[in-house]
Amino acid sequence: MHLRDSESDAEFRAELRAWLADAVPTLPAPPDAQDWPGRRAYDTVWQSMLFEAGYAGVNWPSEYGGRGATPTQHLIFLEEAAAAKAPDVGVGFVGQMHAGPTLIAEGTPEQQAHHLRGILTGEHVWCQGFSEPGAGSDLASLRTRAIRDGDDYVVSGQKIWTSHAMVADYCELLVRTDPDVPKHKGITWLILPMDTPGIDVRPLMTVQGSAEFAELFLDEVRIPVTNRVGDENDGWRVTNVTLSFERGTGFVGELLDTTNIMRELVELAQRTPRGAGTAWDDDGLRRDIGAIAAELDALWAFTKRNVSQGAKGGMAMGSGSAFKMSYATVVHKLGDIALRVLDRSSLAFDNIGGESTGAQIHHKLKGFAVGIGGGTSQIQQNIIAERVLGLPRER
Amino acid sequence: MDLDPSEDQRELQQMISRFSLDRFPADTVRDFAEPGRFDRSAWRELAELGTFGIALPESSGGVGLRWIDTVLVHETLGAALTPGPLLAATLAAGLVPGVLEGEVVPAIVERPTHGAVVIEHLSVADVLLVIETDGVRQIDPSSLDATLLTEPTDPATPVSVVRDLPTGELIADAAAAERLRLLGSLLASAQLVGNAEGSTTLAVTYAKEREQFGRPVGSFQGLKHLLADCYARTEVSRSAVWAAGVLVDEPEAGDLRRAVAGARVLAGRAAAENGKTCVQVHGGMGFTWEVDAHLFLKRAWVLETAFGSIDEAAELVAEALAASLS
Repeated sequence: MHLRDSESDAEFRAELRAWLADAVPTLPAPPDAQDWPGRRAYDTVWQSMLFEAGYAGVNWPSEYGGRGATPTQHLIFLEEAAAAKAPDVGVGFVGQMHAGPTLIAEGTPEQQAHHLRGILTGEHVWCQGFSEPGAGSDLASLRTRAIRDGDDYVVSGQKIWTSHAMVADYCELLVRTDPDVPKHKGITWLILPMDTPGIDVRPLMTVQGSAEFAELFLDEVRIPVTNRVGDENDGWRVTNVTLSFERGTGFVGELLDTTNIMRELVELAQRTPRGAGTAWDDDGLRRDIGAIAAELDALWAFTKRNVSQGAKGGMAMGSGSAFKMSYATVVHKLGDIALRVLDRSSLAFDNIGGESTGAQIHHKLKGFAVGIGGGTSQIQQNIIAERVLGLPRER
Repeated sequence: MDLDPSEDQRELQQMISRFSLDRFPADTVRDFAEPGRFDRSAWRELAELGTFGIALPESSGGVGLRWIDTVLVHETLGAALTPGPLLAATLAAGLVPGVLEGEVVPAIVERPTHGAVVIEHLSVADVLLVIETDGVRQIDPSSLDATLLTEPTDPATPVSVVRDLPTGELIADAAAAERLRLLGSLLASAQLVGNAEGSTTLAVTYAKEREQFGRPVGSFQGLKHLLADCYARTEVSRSAVWAAGVLVDEPEAGDLRRAVAGARVLAGRAAAENGKTCVQVHGGMGFTWEVDAHLFLKRAWVLETAFGSIDEAAELVAEALAASLS
């Protein structure tokens, strides 16, 4: 067992670090969070720079245009990019982390040829149409209906939590193609071009006061059968194949972001007058932050364990669930401490007193996104209890 | 980077686990603290496996592996609830002749700033090591005015109280003392991780067997979620302990002191919380002496106090974090 870089990993890290040091300062100022066209343009510029430098799709196989790097090098890429304050994957998230890997595993050669390069260069932005108002934790109960009509599927229904839908070119869409079979067996995976007639995108305001998500209303949207990935009614398996691509790096960007927020909170506490000294002089507060730092350090080590296992063939069952639910808890706890430090500066998202107080409140609320999105913490607990600990299912 | 144990490392753990469960079964653990229960021949057999000298060089009679391997072994010992002065023996093996072979049984303690000294395993020890700021001192236990307590909290950990601890003979310098304190904290954390896993396994086994309302109680989400939390706490703290263990061998790859302190915070909490959950999941039976649940919980309490408290560890992490900012 080692923590130090191997020789080839050290070389990869050094080259990447040198490139980032040159590349990041050439970026324009980041756009406002609500400026969606601006965000798309910004993220696309960065992605095209990565592509030109050979750092797009670091973990994608080289025959599909990726770098074919090891999971460890992917981790190094994410670590160094965060350290250099490079933009994160942004609007490229669904394409690079989910749709692209799905097409690599299950797409036809034509679909791969048409889509993969665009995802890597940043030209094609994807969104995800999986969840529905009536299909959250029980995703397989989804009801958006697709009826075959000649060479098309005619799709009607409603999707929700569709990140980046406002600026996406394509949507990975799960539809019900057979309502008369057990729920997992009547689902199909389709590529939906977002300029198809019949799509209505309505931004969905979150508790953070921003429209990070959208609802997608589909009214007799015609999708060519050639846009189907995998067989008809085999979409549930296709979706799960993609999930098995996870090699432990899924939350690295967020984890490093939280670590930064924690560091900023310490500096803020050291500058915040409290009693005769500062907030940082409070033993209780300091120990609580120490415990949070210990947990974030541990989650970073957990990530390295998962990546190490991923490199040997696959993460242990339950590791992803344990990571995600633990991470959600840490974000909530950090946010609780942030409110103690901010005190009445927490009454607005605006920065107060020349400090970046707003970022702390935004991050506190993000705890909900981590603990709910992509499978709630309670669903993760069920997964661990049933699939790892072998406890019987509830009848 | 590779934070996943090798096949050889897993085999080492299995070997130690098999031996321990065979030679120190639960029935011997239950009253291990009572006078006359310490089995010197079993202790020598444990020593002959190399248990106390995993990271000592072969030229000194050790196994010649690394500290991460020692960490893995202590995790296994913690899961098996192996009794005896395991920390003392591992820390003293390179300092006191005979400890490595299991011939000399050591106890170890940090000299407190004030008050009487509470010492584990002193009643069976041939030598006492005292960790102080200026070095490590050795004392002959027979020279001490020690009182063996009749009701130790953990029935497997005999506890003595010494009112006046003499100065003793200096056998190692301040740096060695600091090193022992750090390693002692880490190895206690490793045992705590094993303890956290052991109590979870016990609770899960019971939850599958125990039926109420016509079904196993483990099918209820109320229990499932408690047990899933135990699993998550174990895995997160295990990650911290392993990273700290590797840093002992590769100190250039991170902040060892911060890692050891962080591991203590998480492993201490994991063992204490999982032990509590284990008792709770067992219901009324968990409150009885005959079910092993309390043995895990009480051992966790003992280990939690070894070489620094959780509060001190959390403070240390906070200080290291602040120092890394400036």
